[in-house]
Amino acid sequence: MIAADLLVAQNIGFAIIAAIMVIGALRVVTTSNVVHAALWLVVVLDGAAAQYVLLAAEFVAITQVLVYIGAVMVLFLFGTMLTRARIGVETDLNNKNWFMGVPVAVLLFATLAIALNDGFGDQRLPSDSPVVSTQQLSDQIFGPYLLPFWALSFVLLAAVIGAIVLSRRD
Amino acid sequence: MLLNQFLILGAVLFCIGVYGVIARKNAVMVLMSIELILNSVNINLLAFSLRNGSVDGHTFALYVIAVAAAEVGVGLAMVLLMYRNRRSIGLDELSEMKG
Repeated sequence: MIAADLLVAQNIGFAIIAAIMVIGALRVVTTSNVVHAALWLVVVLDGAAAQYVLLAAEFVAITQVLVYIGAVMVLFLFGTMLTRARIGVETDLNNKNWFMGVPVAVLLFATLAIALNDGFGDQRLPSDSPVVSTQQLSDQIFGPYLLPFWALSFVLLAAVIGAIVLSRRD
Repeated sequence: MLLNQFLILGAVLFCIGVYGVIARKNAVMVLMSIELILNSVNINLLAFSLRNGSVDGHTFALYVIAVAAAEVGVGLAMVLLMYRNRRSIGLDELSEMKG
């Protein structure tokens, strides 16, 4: 790898956003306040949307912001506030064997990193690829991927009905 | 840009999510960790889509987002039910299946 190749603006942007995302993700799993965890998750999801823009996926990035940050986070905050009497620091958010998660995560990451390094080494992404337009994407969804789209509609319908059935008071 | 930088970022987020699923007791926090895992999958899908010059990865990323939204809806409904029945959302208290 030549140092001059690393200094393009996209790589600097990637590095900054990736650092913010990793810090946010670590805070999500370590903070002792559920609402703070939800807000740190917003940071991670926003960073993911920015990475999607870097990957020339503008429609997916917009969908990420609309669906995740707009809807899913509101659901999380609702869930937090409906299931807990007080909003504040909680001491027992972790299992008593929580430290077992550290070796599992580290070993998993080591395995993945070695496998990725072996498999993809220094393959480059094309730097001049056009942005995927919404029209191309809709041609895919309503063309060859129509059947999964229907299945997904039924999944969402079942999820809506299931959520209502589960949470209504009789 | 290298392909691997996105894949490694996805791997880091995936491992942090796995740690969260293992370490957290609160059901809402476990759902948040699952969201981290699903996002790392999306980053991988879009990176490979850009490498191969196809739109398939974008389609699957959209499907993953939709499934994640459905999963959070049903998951939080279950958490609410759990809270209503036992006034707690600690996952280690759901031990009726222990012999």
